[in-house]
Amino acid sequence: MSVVKLEGLVALLEGFPALTGVDLTVNAGEIVFVKGPNGAGKTTLLHLCAGLIQPKEGKGQILGHDLSSERTPIRKRVGLLSHSSGLYRDLTVLENITFWTQIAGVEKSEIDNRISWALERMELDNKLQNQKVRSLSVGQKRRASLAVFIVRRPDLWLMDEPHAGLDQEGRQAVDDLIEESVKAGATVIVASHDLERVLNLATRVVTLSGGAVVGVDHGGNK
Amino acid sequence: MTVPITTASKGSKILGITSIIGFAVLILLAFFVTDPDIRFHPETGEEFGQFDAVRLLYLHVPMAIVTYLAFVICAIASAGYLIKRTFWWDSMAHAAGEVGTLTCALVLITGSIWGRPVWNTWWEWGDVRLMSTLILFLLFLGYLALRGAFVSPQRAARPAAIVALIAVLDIPLINRSVEWWENRTLHQKSTLSELKIEDLTLFTLMLGILVSVLVMSWLILHRFRVAWLEHMEFEQGVKSAIEERRHIDNKEQ
Amino acid sequence: MKRLFADIGLITSKDLKIELRSRVLTNQVAPFALMILVLFGIALDADQQSLRNFASGLFWISVLLCALMAISRSMTIERDDEALVGLNLSGVDPIAIFLGKTCAIAIQLLVLEIFLGVGIILLYRSEVEDLWLLVATGLFACIAVSALGTIFGFLASGLGVRETLLPILLLPLLLPVLIGATRAFDDALGVAAINGWNWFAFVAGLTVLLTGVGAGANYLLAEN
Repeated sequence: MSVVKLEGLVALLEGFPALTGVDLTVNAGEIVFVKGPNGAGKTTLLHLCAGLIQPKEGKGQILGHDLSSERTPIRKRVGLLSHSSGLYRDLTVLENITFWTQIAGVEKSEIDNRISWALERMELDNKLQNQKVRSLSVGQKRRASLAVFIVRRPDLWLMDEPHAGLDQEGRQAVDDLIEESVKAGATVIVASHDLERVLNLATRVVTLSGGAVVGVDHGGNK
Repeated sequence: MTVPITTASKGSKILGITSIIGFAVLILLAFFVTDPDIRFHPETGEEFGQFDAVRLLYLHVPMAIVTYLAFVICAIASAGYLIKRTFWWDSMAHAAGEVGTLTCALVLITGSIWGRPVWNTWWEWGDVRLMSTLILFLLFLGYLALRGAFVSPQRAARPAAIVALIAVLDIPLINRSVEWWENRTLHQKSTLSELKIEDLTLFTLMLGILVSVLVMSWLILHRFRVAWLEHMEFEQGVKSAIEERRHIDNKEQ
Repeated sequence: MKRLFADIGLITSKDLKIELRSRVLTNQVAPFALMILVLFGIALDADQQSLRNFASGLFWISVLLCALMAISRSMTIERDDEALVGLNLSGVDPIAIFLGKTCAIAIQLLVLEIFLGVGIILLYRSEVEDLWLLVATGLFACIAVSALGTIFGFLASGLGVRETLLPILLLPLLLPVLIGATRAFDDALGVAAINGWNWFAFVAGLTVLLTGVGAGANYLLAEN
């Protein structure tokens, strides 16, 4: 079953054609690595898959929902890790993750378990948990964002430069998470510059240029 | 698709020429042919009335009517956009909103000039219609400012339509509140009935209304077509940008 | 329905918690409000009697100006690190976001109104003749301002020119609220011989209407 199915997709960003005709199919359980130079349209592609952008032309289906008319159900089921942290600066890490878990509608009985699991996975100890996001380092903030990202357990993972700002351990943790999530049934699309790391992990490598897919190769995984 | 290089068409030319001729006749009648408003007090025989200032009403009243008309068109087109989501409705709302703002400004200016000799003041705070019209003008300045703030005109359509509808809904409320606020008005209940309605006066006023509607239609038509051309240019720009991006990047590969 | 109220509560308490932490209200908006009262007093070069007469108008103008700051601030919270994207992806009903943020702004404005109320009593020597009218009008008017303000905050949000665009969009629309609330206050402070409760009824009606309009506009903005 294909999780992402895009045909001739054109999307504008403030009038600029960021995507000029993307054809892409991603099957369930895949780890797809999207590479390309700056301004190739990687971020826009992820935002499009998250149901945040109304496509201008073309057809698209994400998780079985139409990209033009059913973006609300898509949004609920995808996770987007973007350049911005998506966290509230004046709340602590724990307050942030609690808020995002509750607002995502996670079952009450499960909330505490999930939160402690996510915090543990991202190695955010007690001290860090009670620190305001404002006072975190770049890498710590990234780990907090990742914790919020995984706590929702999305079906489709959309990750924009997930390794950026992380140390060696953090990068490894991200890789482990990705592999685990796929085993648990998720599908992952990663846009990254960290070529070698993702190459080994990916089932496929998609090269984006000028807002369109110009090449598809097999990745190191499999 | 071929894009026309002008906003004129045979129909709009006829409309424009008719408007100009009508306007010339209106000016002639309003400012030269009709009599000034001079009345005599039945007992003392003193002169009173609006004198030559009454001539401004032949412009002021029709323009006020046209302003309301334009804003109603803007509201209907905005609702149309929210239902149909097509560019046509959005452009129509934009064109009507812009023309309405212009005529609204003219209403305020002519009214103020007229008020100076007749009411003995440029501006009267307690007058309901004066206040409401000014607020209406400010509302639509905001509307146009919002439209201007968006980089891509496509994204302005929905917020602008919502603002236009809220603004038009708010007008009666503003009217009510100002009326209760200061329960007095200098505006005559009906200026028409108080004047000596001669055939010529009435005719000039009616002509004024007709000509103003024609001028408004002509302006909206052209403004709409300008918006349409801009839209076409934008679409072609996007199309060629897409081609260009694909072309250059493929060469690089 | 239960989920909706829970979500509204979550968003409101989140916003209030952030405001309590960042202290923008106490450290910036409240001093600004006080400054307005002082400036009016100086600019009008007024004797005590005219300040008393103008107190309700000056009070509500101060509230509106502070409301602009509070609205702007409320939008900045969601924009700074793109938390709004997260809210959109969380599957929460857009109406909960709208009402949640409206409540948070309204509560802040209410605190500010109490502060300003004490301000006009101390500085302008206003005398309260009908406390309940004051309280009722203050409550409803600040909800109306917050509801419409939130919608226009969202409309202008992400435009970069929000701070300048918001006043010109919002203030003319709030004119009826300003007039109604000022008149009700005039009666409650005993400076005008009018029936203030009629004006309160007008303000209350406006509040219901504007909140409804806000919710409708929010629906139109949020849908696909």
